[in-house]
Amino acid sequence: MINEVTNLVVEALPQVQGYVYPNEANVHPVWSVLIVIYPYITGLVAGAFIMASLVRVFNVKALAPVYRLSMLTALAFLLCATLPLLCHLGHPERNYEVMMTPHMTSPMAIFGFVYAWYLMAVLLLELWFDFRQDFVRWSKTTPGFQGLIYRVLTLGVTDLSEKSVRLDMKMEWVLSIIGIPSAFLLHGYVGFIFGSIKANPWWGNVLMPIMFILSAIVSGIALCVFNYIVLSWIRRKAVDMRCLDAMAMFLFYALVVDAVIEGLDVFHRGFAAEEGFAVLQTMIREKLFYTLNIGQAGIGTLLPLVMLGSLQLLRKRVPEAARRTMIFFSGAMILFGVLMMRWNVVMGGQFFSKSFRGVMSYKTEFAGQEGWLLAAVIMCLPPIILTVLVKLFLSDSKELQPSEHLPEPSAKT
Amino acid sequence: MKNQISRRGSLLRMGGAIAGLLTISVARTAKAAVQKVFVSANAPKGYDPTKHKWLMCIDDNKCIGCGLCAEACKKENGVPEGPYFRTWIERYIIPKPKPGSGETRGEAIVDSPNGGIPKGGVSAFPEPTLPKDQIEHAFFVPKLCNLCENPPCVQVCPVGATFKAPDGAVLIDPKYCIGCAFCVQACPYGARFLNPVSKTAEKCTLCYHRITRNLKPACVEICPAEARVFGDLNNLKADDPIQKFYEKNRVQVLKPHLGTEPRVLYAALDKEVR
Repeated sequence: MINEVTNLVVEALPQVQGYVYPNEANVHPVWSVLIVIYPYITGLVAGAFIMASLVRVFNVKALAPVYRLSMLTALAFLLCATLPLLCHLGHPERNYEVMMTPHMTSPMAIFGFVYAWYLMAVLLLELWFDFRQDFVRWSKTTPGFQGLIYRVLTLGVTDLSEKSVRLDMKMEWVLSIIGIPSAFLLHGYVGFIFGSIKANPWWGNVLMPIMFILSAIVSGIALCVFNYIVLSWIRRKAVDMRCLDAMAMFLFYALVVDAVIEGLDVFHRGFAAEEGFAVLQTMIREKLFYTLNIGQAGIGTLLPLVMLGSLQLLRKRVPEAARRTMIFFSGAMILFGVLMMRWNVVMGGQFFSKSFRGVMSYKTEFAGQEGWLLAAVIMCLPPIILTVLVKLFLSDSKELQPSEHLPEPSAKT
Repeated sequence: MKNQISRRGSLLRMGGAIAGLLTISVARTAKAAVQKVFVSANAPKGYDPTKHKWLMCIDDNKCIGCGLCAEACKKENGVPEGPYFRTWIERYIIPKPKPGSGETRGEAIVDSPNGGIPKGGVSAFPEPTLPKDQIEHAFFVPKLCNLCENPPCVQVCPVGATFKAPDGAVLIDPKYCIGCAFCVQACPYGARFLNPVSKTAEKCTLCYHRITRNLKPACVEICPAEARVFGDLNNLKADDPIQKFYEKNRVQVLKPHLGTEPRVLYAALDKEVR
């Protein structure tokens, strides 16, 4: 771009470089931080659930100690998944229209249904079947209000006979099987919201749903790792290293696949170099330099890959404490990196003009409707909910294990 | 027995006929209800959107960049001040190639200060920074909603608040729009924005309140150069300007590769325009 003109336009519109359509020269982005955390939260749900499914469907015994924790993590985050969307609407009071008169061709319209299906039909049901036996037991032993909660949660089904418990187990297995494609649907679909926008070359991409699913799995497992270590630390309990190593292994392989697919995306864009490629290059070199190259690729992908990869190679030769620390920090870095990835996708698509002739800068508000404060509050909610859920349902560390569904009191293995 | 069966048969046939009639009436009521939607979009009673097919043509050779169209549009439709435009004018300056560069032309310089709306009777476009002898081409391009046959904005609206009317206009029901801005993101032409006051999506309606009353859109009405040609394909007159435009020019649309099939047709468009 010729300097004189750039300067000229900058004079008129301080937040714009080059030429952008006049409607794009906004002070605030149309989709802001709230839309960044929306796919982040949804991804954590899908990932945590898929990680829990490894225990139920694929019978990965080593992961059993985190089964219930991951399921409750998924629930805590799912309860808050729609909040950022709701707060971002210009007319939140009309939100029910999305479910009442959905416009079937819209990728966004179906979200309400996918969400409701996932919450009601998959997650809550599976949790209920898993916890029902315990609810019955606890309702008998716990006094007061908490006991009442457990009694209500049994939904009146207090039958603990072998037949009834076997049914629980069967249902849970069926739900897990339905749950895996549902989790893929939930998050792949969020990816499709962006991937379907052909007007925007940063978004419109068939790989987008796949990248969203893979990064969701990675972030979900990382969150479970994080939660498990933090919970053990708070309770001053030893971490089950067999479980943690297994999680680290799955995390590593998921991250490898994720990194390969995201690398393929970058490679493909560079090779095809379609219309608007020049402006996408500016994005990577300037606008998203820190969040993409350092945040997402460096801290979020390469460092954890090296750390987790070396653990896979050296295995038991690394002392336990060091292993634990490395896995913990890998998890934390991945969580940060995936958040950066959501930022790069959502904000990246809005940093350049659809005329491909200029780039925009924004001021993100602090306290406004789409500001940092609200986003931070929404991000704080799931951990709070999770704390309550853990207090209520996982008060004993033994209960981290999935219920074995054995009719009481016989305890055969 | 036989008699009974035939009675039943005839009853069934009668019932079928009544049901058929009812279906037709239900369908007609539904159609009327749909048309009422257009009344709410500022069309007068009795306007039948199925009997029209609106088309906007732009002869780019004629645009002088006065910006009166963009100004008239803001006034006519009460568009808020600031970076909100239902139509705007872009200026393209294409420099001569640097000697020995091997290029056919220099890199295009594009601007549209305040949408091209003149300020205090003075053109919005500042003097070009390039000396005249270094400019190969300079021209203006009016932009507006491209009235796509396959509008991506309509496709993505989660509640169906935005729709394509049978007469070709793409409209928004502001009482229904939830303000998610998905359509703003999906429009390849930057023709949509979120109204900061109503918090709903907004765009060019072709001045629906005017065209349904046999008036031209404000931008067409005011254009002193007759660069904008507007008409109804279903009711072409003998010497309709649209007909002439078609006969005289080869036409082009913006971003044809996206498959949106715009109904805003440009004559004499340059490759730099997108």
